[in-house]
Amino acid sequence: MAEAITADGLTKAFGAAKALDGLDLTVHTGEVHGFLGPNGAGKTTTIRVLLGLMRADGGRATLLGGNPWTDATELHKRLAYVPGDVTLWPNLTGGEVIDLLGRLRGGLDTARRAELVERFDLDPRKKGRTYSKGNRQKVALVAALASDVELLVLDEPTSGLDPLMEEVFRQVVQEERERGDRTVLLSSHILSEVEALCDRVTIIRAGRTVESGTLDELRHLGRITIDASLAQVPADLASLPGVHDLTSYGSHVHLSVDQAELDDVMRHLAGAGLRNLVSRPPTLEELFLRHYRQDEPVGVAR
Amino acid sequence: MTGTWALLRLVLRRDRLLMPLWIVCLAVAPMGYLSSIEAAYPDAAARQRFYDLNASSATFVVRNGPLYGSSVGNLLAWQCGFVPVVVGLIALLTVIRHTRTEEEAGRRELTGATVVGRHAGLAAAVIAACGACLVYGLVVGLGLAAQGVSVAGALALGLGFSLVGWVFAGVGAVVAQLTWGAGGARGIGIGGLVLAFLLRAAGDSSGSAGWLAWLSPIGWAHRMRPFAGEQWWVLALALAFTGLLVVLAVALSARRDLGAALLPARLGRATAKASLRSPLALAWRLQRGTLLVWTVCLALVGLLMGGVGKNVAEMMRDNQAVADVFSRLGGGGAVTDAYLAGTMTLFGLAAAGYAVQATLKLRAEEAAGRAEPLLATAVGRIGWALAHLTFAVLGSAVVLAITGWATGLAFGSGVSLVPAALAQLPAVWVLAGLAAALIGFFPRFAAAAWGLLGAFLLLSLVGTALQWNEAVLGISPFAHLARLPGGTFSAVPVIWLVAIALVAGIGGLAALRRRDMPVG
Repeated sequence: MAEAITADGLTKAFGAAKALDGLDLTVHTGEVHGFLGPNGAGKTTTIRVLLGLMRADGGRATLLGGNPWTDATELHKRLAYVPGDVTLWPNLTGGEVIDLLGRLRGGLDTARRAELVERFDLDPRKKGRTYSKGNRQKVALVAALASDVELLVLDEPTSGLDPLMEEVFRQVVQEERERGDRTVLLSSHILSEVEALCDRVTIIRAGRTVESGTLDELRHLGRITIDASLAQVPADLASLPGVHDLTSYGSHVHLSVDQAELDDVMRHLAGAGLRNLVSRPPTLEELFLRHYRQDEPVGVAR
Repeated sequence: MTGTWALLRLVLRRDRLLMPLWIVCLAVAPMGYLSSIEAAYPDAAARQRFYDLNASSATFVVRNGPLYGSSVGNLLAWQCGFVPVVVGLIALLTVIRHTRTEEEAGRRELTGATVVGRHAGLAAAVIAACGACLVYGLVVGLGLAAQGVSVAGALALGLGFSLVGWVFAGVGAVVAQLTWGAGGARGIGIGGLVLAFLLRAAGDSSGSAGWLAWLSPIGWAHRMRPFAGEQWWVLALALAFTGLLVVLAVALSARRDLGAALLPARLGRATAKASLRSPLALAWRLQRGTLLVWTVCLALVGLLMGGVGKNVAEMMRDNQAVADVFSRLGGGGAVTDAYLAGTMTLFGLAAAGYAVQATLKLRAEEAAGRAEPLLATAVGRIGWALAHLTFAVLGSAVVLAITGWATGLAFGSGVSLVPAALAQLPAVWVLAGLAAALIGFFPRFAAAAWGLLGAFLLLSLVGTALQWNEAVLGISPFAHLARLPGGTFSAVPVIWLVAIALVAGIGGLAALRRRDMPVG
């Protein structure tokens, strides 16, 4: 089975509000897949549909080869889930919650559990109501990571963790990735985390997939930034196809250019007497921010 | 105290539906009683008979408080005997809802970081609750006065209700400082309310220990003596006591940190017991405390009511006049049976309260986000729901059996009252089934199950006494049960009620299985 998760044209409306509007998602078996999008883009709704907690109005989804709605309980034995906002039972201790969730999934690796409790520096004897947000998150993470499952579904798992614990989380997921037999769907806002951990990413906005691929592929979709000193700034530079955000002062120009038009634009600049040139590939941040910005119409990058 | 005004407006904004709703619903009740009393007991002779029957009978005094005379106003005040308990409960829950619940949810941190004083939140909650109780008392007083009873009596009755609300708003403010969770605070506060009721009941029903009733704010409401030579100074007593409670709450609140409690949280187990491995085991952990509290409280009330029942029998031996009245109604045996059967209805309604609470735990778990991670494991929705419904169905049987046993023990006739108590179960299950149906079909309005219970309570306790139309009374499932002991058991209504409970419950589960989870 090459695909752990496929979603094809998922739609879901809550009353008049469209949460999902034709969402596509493909996660290969054994990869760590980043799932990104601004707040309210539909990440959690997608995950709930994939977990069979919500039923999509339209489209098709498969999870580990089964139907997430009809085969929910069978499939849930093979996955572990960390919700974005972890709430615990106030009168159960963290240790009890970890054991309970693990057993309900069908088993827990006790040695692994002990190791994770140690590494995440978690006191499992405290009652649920007394944990801070970060510690509640740790309880859910340990419960999920200590389960011997094929698929981990993590919804913003590091929100509330301190930088030290974020680092521990990265190491643990890195280890999972090196084992190669576990698939991870990781919804996140932290770009460095995505860059460090994910093989492929999917970016969604307003319930629709706007970008999907490896990080290298995505980089190719971005614009190259160019700073140049010219003998004379050509007047028609701004009107060239693929040139954006042009500013000039004196003989100096700053612009960004679509990768497809780079050859043409460079020729033009060379013709204007190029004296100095600095070019920079798109950073991931620019890439993401471009999709996160609400003022650009959906699908502009396709 | 800076910011109290702003927070008060926030409280009123959040309760803008709830507050007017309870004030109106609870104010309509006394007005309804008034016209019903005038219809059922139109002349002085009829009212005198009612007085003779009830005033000296410890049985009814326990339930409704002292009956001071035979005027329409006296009968009205007596009939409203349970209203102070309800007002006290509402005030208590209102204050906890706006203090400890806010703090537990972390919202108090949000408001606390803005320009508000340390005690502003507490002050706003207490002012809102006390204000609502005052408005309620005035609405009752003026509404009744408009119907032609004496203004002073009507106001004393209404403000008597208010004063219980004030005191329990104060109690709520104190208990909100004591525990980590709102649940624990509610438990302690309701325990205080039960204690106040028991003190009043004990004081009113025994001649020698009448001072016990003076220890209870609920007793104070009756000692305002509406329509019977109003004692206004009792109001000052209540205000002073409320003030004292609020000062205590502020002192406690000043001594602790945000989110912290005076009763510290202890560390627990680092690993789960081997038995904690199923939805049912989890439901047991989550529900056992509630079950224990309901069982113990109702068993205590059972002991009390059984003891009073014993007095009824003795009193009839001593008092020829009362015995004559009773014998006209069907003989001494019939009267104690009727008393016990009425008590069983009361327990049935209380057990239904437990069943509703146990069922609504499903919705509470869903709304708090705790159902989601559970349902993402190999636990199916039906299995999850059935685990909690087990407590609604079997837990209510346990509550009733033990309460019936305790009542029989105190009554001491050697006859077991357990079967009579268990005979209430079909109606209890109907409420559990209706609550499950609400959770399945209209999750956002699941709390309406409490409204249904309230309506049935009104029909059973008040409608029966005031001889409302049979068809109206028949809406309550409790009206169809055999009145045991004394009555004859019939299987047909039981089968009907169980069938209704099953249909509602199964329908609710089917809907739960098909809908989105969680619904916010």
